[in-house]
Amino acid sequence: MAEPARAKPKPTPETQHFWDGTKAGELRLQRCDACANVYFPPRPFCPSCASRKVSVFKASGKGKLYSYVINHRPAAPGFTPPYAIAVVELDEGPRMMSNIIDCPQTPEALELDMPLEVAFEALDDKITLPLFRPAKG
Amino acid sequence: MRRNQVAVVGAAETTELGVIPNMSQIQLHADAALNAIADAGLKLSDIDGFATAVETPQQMAHYLGITPTWVDGTSVGGCSFMLHVRHAAAAIEAGLCKTVLITHAESGKSMIGKQPRFTAPDSLNGQFEAPFGVYGPPSMFPIPVLRFMKTHGITHEQLAMVAVVQREWAAKNPRATMKDPITVADVLNSRMIAYPFRLLQCCLVTDGGGALILTSADRAKDFPRKPVYILGTGESVETPMVSQMKTFDSSRAFKVAGPLAFKEAGITHKDVDHLMIYDAFAHLPLYGLGDLGFMPYEEAGKFIADGNTRPGGKLPLNTNGGGLSYMHSGMYGMYALQESVRQMRGIAPAQVPNAKISVCHGVGGMFAASGTIIFTNER
Repeated sequence: MAEPARAKPKPTPETQHFWDGTKAGELRLQRCDACANVYFPPRPFCPSCASRKVSVFKASGKGKLYSYVINHRPAAPGFTPPYAIAVVELDEGPRMMSNIIDCPQTPEALELDMPLEVAFEALDDKITLPLFRPAKG
Repeated sequence: MRRNQVAVVGAAETTELGVIPNMSQIQLHADAALNAIADAGLKLSDIDGFATAVETPQQMAHYLGITPTWVDGTSVGGCSFMLHVRHAAAAIEAGLCKTVLITHAESGKSMIGKQPRFTAPDSLNGQFEAPFGVYGPPSMFPIPVLRFMKTHGITHEQLAMVAVVQREWAAKNPRATMKDPITVADVLNSRMIAYPFRLLQCCLVTDGGGALILTSADRAKDFPRKPVYILGTGESVETPMVSQMKTFDSSRAFKVAGPLAFKEAGITHKDVDHLMIYDAFAHLPLYGLGDLGFMPYEEAGKFIADGNTRPGGKLPLNTNGGGLSYMHSGMYGMYALQESVRQMRGIAPAQVPNAKISVCHGVGGMFAASGTIIFTNER
């Protein structure tokens, strides 16, 4: 029997551009053409001013560690505890949940506000997840 | 909403709390409902308004044999019942119904007749949180706490004291699940669940239920129990995704619902004799003390650690032992309401002497929703 896999996202019409982006190695966000608000998760209107004129753009992929837990139990399918579940604050403003890779999953190594950069991990030929690792330099 | 126009005239929990392997979830609802009906000296046929959460109003109304003319199926997590009280008070005042029954029950431990929770992979949670290993409330609810601690200078020991103090209250409650005293060291040495939280900082998982009956304050004087009046109410929602909260330094839903209830009640914090803050995890009372305006967040950890909320302290908090020690079937808000009503009736096992105003503050989901009810026993 195969190992249980981690939960896999299923895109909707409103989020497809995001998942197309991660597959292409880009972290895509949306900006309101009317009020310049940058927001996440994806939707075809601005949650700040309600304008339907919004644009998709490639984000820098840079951010910092806003908060996290190190989950011990119960572990989600596809994860080996202990593992950190993090919230990353992107340089563009929005925050997103992710995991921190290339870093010990310990309170000592995971310092709040540490700089992070996006890394992409393909789950299959359709879905690639945006993960983060400590920024180099 | 006008003050003191509606009162609680019936309140009861299930006959048993804890592990109840001989009852399905809907029967737990019914057990609580029948106990509340008896407490109010009513018949089920007297009920013309009905509210419940998770289970649908149609499911429970039919099972109980009720024909309501007003229903509320608001289901926003553990504080749904605070919202039901608020909505019921408005409905009674508007003349939509006269006597409202609100039920909660959950077979949280035994899982009999309880639908499993499921996150659809094409929901926003399914796309943008589930893939990163969140798995149940213990992996999600504590996510904001490290940021909250850093911003406000809260320590691990202070967060451990939340559990220690609530166990002191639980020891005075014969129906509490956990009654043995614990120390800060016990908390900080208990099994790690999701750093920074350990087992004793996470809520219990139990079976049980509760029910409330509300009617107009004018009618309430004819009931057998001392009426408990609705003095003020508030509610709000923020987001079902904990990662998308506006900030982790506070809860927007708390900051809307709590002050709204205080404003409606026309009271200040000094007027509060008794306080319940839904504690699914140890950080929630600290958010509540700050977000409801009792004190700056920076002081909340020290306030609890210094003993101000323990038995005999100046602000008795979570006097049943809370979700950490009394019981937590999954949607604890109903039990917080029950304890506020007991305190206002003067019949709580750990009764606060001469308590006249009780604030009962609830959370739904992971800071997703909030409801606040302020009770008084004086009209």
